[in-house]
Amino acid sequence: MVILAWLIERLVLRPLVNQEAIALLMATLGVTYFLDGFGQTVWGSDIYKINLGIAKEPVMILDRLFQGGILVNKEDFVAAIAAAALVAGLALFFQKTPTGRALRAVADDHQAAQSIGIPLNRIWVIVWSVAGVVALVAGVIWGAKLGVQFSISQVALKALPVVILGGFTSVPGAIIGGLIIGVGEKMAEVFLGPVLVKAFDLAGGGIENWFAYMLALLFLLVRPEGLFGEKHIDRV
Amino acid sequence: MNEGPPTPPPPTPPPGGGGGNDRAREKPHLPASGEGGRNRRLRLKASRALMLYRENGQFKTTYAADQQMLPIRQDQLFMVALVVFAFAVVPFIASDYLIRAILIPFLILSLAALGLNILTGYCGQVSLGHGAFMAVGAYAAYNIAIRVPGLNFLVVLVLAGLAAALVGMIFGIPSLRIKGLYLAVATLAAQFFFDWVFARVKWFTNYAPSGSVSVPNIELFGFVLNTPQRKYLFVLAIVALFALLAKNLVRARVGRSWTAIRDMDVAAEVIGIRPMAAKLSAFAVSSFYVGVAGALWGFIHLGSWEPLAFSITLSLNLLFMIIIGGLGSILGSFFGAAFIVVLPILLNQAPTWLGIPMSTSMISHLEFMIFGALIIFFLIAEPNGLARLWAIGKEKLRLWPFPH
Repeated sequence: MVILAWLIERLVLRPLVNQEAIALLMATLGVTYFLDGFGQTVWGSDIYKINLGIAKEPVMILDRLFQGGILVNKEDFVAAIAAAALVAGLALFFQKTPTGRALRAVADDHQAAQSIGIPLNRIWVIVWSVAGVVALVAGVIWGAKLGVQFSISQVALKALPVVILGGFTSVPGAIIGGLIIGVGEKMAEVFLGPVLVKAFDLAGGGIENWFAYMLALLFLLVRPEGLFGEKHIDRV
Repeated sequence: MNEGPPTPPPPTPPPGGGGGNDRAREKPHLPASGEGGRNRRLRLKASRALMLYRENGQFKTTYAADQQMLPIRQDQLFMVALVVFAFAVVPFIASDYLIRAILIPFLILSLAALGLNILTGYCGQVSLGHGAFMAVGAYAAYNIAIRVPGLNFLVVLVLAGLAAALVGMIFGIPSLRIKGLYLAVATLAAQFFFDWVFARVKWFTNYAPSGSVSVPNIELFGFVLNTPQRKYLFVLAIVALFALLAKNLVRARVGRSWTAIRDMDVAAEVIGIRPMAAKLSAFAVSSFYVGVAGALWGFIHLGSWEPLAFSITLSLNLLFMIIIGGLGSILGSFFGAAFIVVLPILLNQAPTWLGIPMSTSMISHLEFMIFGALIIFFLIAEPNGLARLWAIGKEKLRLWPFPH
């Protein structure tokens, strides 16, 4: 993952330094296309299973607190713990370590960061590696639950509304945003879906496909910096 | 601007006597044999041919002449020749396959790319939702066509464009507060929302059980558009009209206000451009173009389609087109569309031509890889797109044989 991150940084993004954001966005989309094709060429497009060695049988928790309890998959437990550990680790990394602070400085202002002696090239590789490793963990957990296939790349698009909701500069914000969007879209599907179906005579629900984006859109109108983001945004 | 043609070195030997120094210096350059002389004449001929693209002697005496769309006469002639060729020659020499599979998609996607270019290239607002606006145009046209039978298709097209413009303006409202990546996500919302709307709301598909709709051939002033040639001519006429309109729109007052907003919104506001009017008009015009393109895509190219035809892939492809072709360039939209339409077909055929046996799935995977790699390559090698290469070529030709 680190090697891949280094390659992407070196081959794709380094030559594009100082280009507009849209060019970078398109370049990473190009990377997506390339890796999609590359992966399917090398490994085929079958659905793989990852066995993480975690038992999948559900366990009953909280049944002492109230009648019935809650059934939870052990795998979900592990995923939640992994996410929590990552959040704690990343938060510490960004707040306390010199490298983490350097990353934030670069995010704030390239030129200022460079002028005080932060090596931009190294920082960019680190950023890509960290992002790659986090995405790797997310991918492995997702793959273990739902099978490894190339449509996983669609999941990444949904990360955008999550970070907008939580705020772009906040690690805990990403988790809260993820929870709001994850829970929100399922709730919307269950509670809002039937109402919509009845009102507009729809051919079935499926509103979870767009709910996250609409939520992010509303949020952008009301609070563009997100829930926990710094109030520092390109205002028009 | 108007430097004269470079004087070629005199082919005749300098007159004898006088200036002996000069003669001594020139002697080694003179053709020593007939062979060398022929080569030299050939080179001269070639240089004369290249020097056809000159603008000296074309003086502008009125403001109107100075501001015309194609100020150089050679460009005007080229454009006229191109239009005549496209209208009068192509339908007779191109095969049905070429027209159906390449030329018609190319023209329609050019129109859509043109629309997106107005918004992203000229006004600087990123949109990932233009596939959805195409869908709005297509479904609006479908619904108008089946609910108001006998309506002229041109009217249907305009109404479909207006519907898309309205929707585009609504989803353009967030652009008044946000830009860049944030705006991309906001328009992504439009994309996913309309994917869902047209898949689920039965009214839009006229309660078709499968969710896909199909349209009959279009009749226009007594002509039924049933052959590829007729469809091609119809699409070409529309696209040419809209391209001309766009070219003039972007250099008119409204177009210049878009460019000002793109280059620096605060400065534009200071000199008295209203950002809201400029941005929303860019969204409206852009969506109108894309809506018309969507209606053409559905009615003329596809014939019958399902909501998946206008998915996020289409939006991304449109963005790729304008980036590869050139942001902020009318011509670039056409280049980009040609690139995106032709490249997959070429990549698909290449293994067969080269005689490499390959499974279809392998080809499609490789296609993805090469496509992604090419996009990255283009972004790095020529961030201003093919249109910039074209401009560089013209500039070089204008000054030939001098480098500057």
